[in-house]
Amino acid sequence: MRSSRSLRRLAPVALLAFALALAACSDPQTTVDPKSDFADDIQFVYLLTFWLGMAVFVGILALTVGLAFWYRERPGRVAKQIHGNTRLEVVWTLIPVVLVVVMAVPTWQVIADSSKPAPDDALRVNAIGRQWWFEFQYDLDNDGEYDDLITANELHIPAGRAVTFNLLSADVIHSFWVPQLAGKVDMVPGHANDLWFTPHEDAARAEAYLGQCAEFCGTAHANMRFRVYVDTPEGFDAWVANEQADGAEPADELAQLGQELFLTPVWTLPGGGGGILGCTGCHTVAGAPGAVGKIGPDLTHVGSRGTIAAGILDTNFENLVAWISNPDREKPGADYNDDTARFMPAFETVLTREQIEAIAVYLLGLQ
Amino acid sequence: MATVAGTMAAPTAEGVVWSWLTTVDHKRIGVLYGVTAFIFFLVGGIEALLIRTQLAVPNGGVIDPELYNQLFTMHALTMIFLAVMPLGAAFFNYLIPLMIGARDVAFPRLNALSYWIFLGGGLVLTSSFFLGGAPDTGWFAYAPISGTTAYSGSGMDYYVIGLLILGLSSLAAALNFAVTIINMRAPGMTMMRMPVFVWMTLIVAFLLILALPVLTVALVQLLFDRQFTTSFFLPGGGGDPILWQHLFWIFGHPEVYILILPAMGIVSEVLPTFSRKPLFGYAAMVFAGVAIGFLGWAVWSHHMFTTGLGAVPRVVFATSTMIIGVPTGIKIFNWLSTMWGGSIRFTTATYFSVSFIALFTIGGISGVMHASPPVDQQQQDTYFIVAHLHYVLVGGAIVGIFSGLYYWWPKMTGRFLSETLGKWNFWLMFIGLNMTFFPMHFLGVAGMPRRIYTYDEGLGWEFWNLFASIGAFILALGVLVFVINVARTMRQPKTADDNPWGGSTLEWATSSPPPEHDFDAIPEVRARDPLWHDRDHGLSQPEGDPDEHIHMPPPSYYPLILAFGVLMLGVGPLSHLAVTALGVPVIIYAIWGWVLEPTE
Repeated sequence: MRSSRSLRRLAPVALLAFALALAACSDPQTTVDPKSDFADDIQFVYLLTFWLGMAVFVGILALTVGLAFWYRERPGRVAKQIHGNTRLEVVWTLIPVVLVVVMAVPTWQVIADSSKPAPDDALRVNAIGRQWWFEFQYDLDNDGEYDDLITANELHIPAGRAVTFNLLSADVIHSFWVPQLAGKVDMVPGHANDLWFTPHEDAARAEAYLGQCAEFCGTAHANMRFRVYVDTPEGFDAWVANEQADGAEPADELAQLGQELFLTPVWTLPGGGGGILGCTGCHTVAGAPGAVGKIGPDLTHVGSRGTIAAGILDTNFENLVAWISNPDREKPGADYNDDTARFMPAFETVLTREQIEAIAVYLLGLQ
Repeated sequence: MATVAGTMAAPTAEGVVWSWLTTVDHKRIGVLYGVTAFIFFLVGGIEALLIRTQLAVPNGGVIDPELYNQLFTMHALTMIFLAVMPLGAAFFNYLIPLMIGARDVAFPRLNALSYWIFLGGGLVLTSSFFLGGAPDTGWFAYAPISGTTAYSGSGMDYYVIGLLILGLSSLAAALNFAVTIINMRAPGMTMMRMPVFVWMTLIVAFLLILALPVLTVALVQLLFDRQFTTSFFLPGGGGDPILWQHLFWIFGHPEVYILILPAMGIVSEVLPTFSRKPLFGYAAMVFAGVAIGFLGWAVWSHHMFTTGLGAVPRVVFATSTMIIGVPTGIKIFNWLSTMWGGSIRFTTATYFSVSFIALFTIGGISGVMHASPPVDQQQQDTYFIVAHLHYVLVGGAIVGIFSGLYYWWPKMTGRFLSETLGKWNFWLMFIGLNMTFFPMHFLGVAGMPRRIYTYDEGLGWEFWNLFASIGAFILALGVLVFVINVARTMRQPKTADDNPWGGSTLEWATSSPPPEHDFDAIPEVRARDPLWHDRDHGLSQPEGDPDEHIHMPPPSYYPLILAFGVLMLGVGPLSHLAVTALGVPVIIYAIWGWVLEPTE
């Protein structure tokens, strides 16, 4: 009686735990709500191993608890002196063998399927891992040159069409992972890995699919995130058309000032202790004279992206000001300097608050 | 007693401190290993609590990313190399000679040397926290981030030197135990009469002998890459970071079995004793352990399924990894069958061993799941893997080790740990570890990557992270209860007789604690469970002759001196190369004295 009452008291807790576990499906970065053919294949093997594993777990747990309870020390009980039983041992050697075969065959099948080359009409994208952001370069005209469109940290792909990624790294090992669209593949310096999948026809949505670097890559590894927008084919074409245009001209006087500051090549440190490169030393804004830096993210359409700083800050005026003022404060490690000068300095050392605000206004206008 | 020119007289070992510093007694060395490793276990635990504190809430602000990266790296290194491996070594040292009916290991001074080198390596690794920053690229130290000095400063040099020193210690110990087990068994103890714990130790010794050289080569290459830009692993100079991964995991996967097999051996001793019946399927247990040892060499690339391996290696390594489930399954069924038909006495040791079966099974099942490369492409480097490895290492290795501590404590000290505190110890650890590690499965499935010092709210990770952090503190409380239990027990009188639990193996044939020479007379083994065989057939072990002089190896200064010289070799590259140069004569002197030391 007592046990059943306490069981009843435990039931809501157990139900809650189960519900929370199921709720994992609706989490933004879930691995078990596939939205592409490749993610479907993974899900199939996952569910197979999951239910087989559950069956084994429940069985072993029941045996462990049952045997421990049943054969506990009691008056008059004498342990049977048994050394083994060959027939039984053969049986439970064969049980795992059968389970292994049941799991191995579909595994081989999925490996074989995912190792086929991508279809010829697949969208081709270079994805480059950098400490600590992602660069995406599109080959839209299929000429083998990934020079038709360059963006950072936010990727747009059309629903229903295969997309194939050429995965590269500019420094250390990163890993490209958008759980709902594909299993992760590492970006290894000196190697070119590939990954392709076809997002479902109905995968298009306004909300982004979340991705994140999955291989430890240094200080800001936790803050190296990206977003994938699956668009309708028409939406994708419109996005491409906008992205291929030059950066917008400043809309007002403040933005005009911002652009001038943005294009200033070098800033002298107060007190004359040398100088630092201006924005264009690292960033490109297509159409703006001299803004052709290749070290940092391409900013031609930065104002149209949902986030800055590799997916960690929403794109808005306050965040841009804070970021330009002192990136390392927003994202520790952003000032990491390994002698290749690919870090972002704190511009609050050379610019006034008003100047930084002007730059932010200009950048927001780069839609 | 004559001394050769230039050597010291053997220590007389009058004072307490010097007697421990110069001891070559395998039991004392076992105690030294155990105490040192347990202290490192507490250090690793504190590192873990700091990590869990930072992750308890989203955007946690307790620890900055630089320190966090050092903590998760050092937590793994501390627990693997300074806690679990040497805790296993503590049991090997104390028990192997007793279990095979010997009076010491084959090379007692080498045994002391192993311990002192281990201590030096542990101190080098841990001191990095205070000397410019600890290693911070993960215990796996993937190149190229580990291969240059730009990112991690000197921390990775401490990693390389620390692991090289620790490897030397493990290698010497492994050779010692392999030789001891093969050559020094009591009359009648054939290989197939050895306790399963001795078998698992032998397998671990061979794994160490074969795995450590691979790590050593890789570490030296990494050191050269860092210090001399040799570019073994640096793509900029034509090297390949994937090569490091292959070398590291060819060591790293057998290392997993080095960590878990001793615990499996412990459980295989505890369950028969308290079930009061022989281990079910002894031969299958031994061969399953050997099979795991062999297969452990054929699975390393399953750590690399996402690196762009071709289809053929993925198929091969997926299959070989899944096949390890077969011998593991045999072991689990045989443990369960050992309980079947028994009359199980539930001591704290039994609680730990029985829970080992269920907890290890959880880790085994999740392991088979990501043996499938497509599934691994979702789970790799997520908290699902963190859950998996902690079920194997905490639910498996640590729970097994605690079972062994409660089981052999009366043999080692003559005193019983409190069973009441023991049950508290067990339940707090059991609840704590399940609260900590089970929700990590959910977090992994919800897409939370490993090795991140912060995460945003709104990703569905908040609840289980907080839950896991609370669990970690409950687990720590369980460990604290153990410490209290030990402190209380050691003030009690010695009440344990020779064989308090009714065990079947030879260590229970001598007094608790055993005399320095282990056995008054060398035992005779007539069956697989020698003491039960004696009991059932009205036989007894030979009595010793009280007047017999038993020759035991005398204590020696040289292991300590030689270990100090080795430490100097290692400290040189971290400080000034003159230290290394000075270390050479110390080592030569120690070897000279060692070789010529009188053995009377």
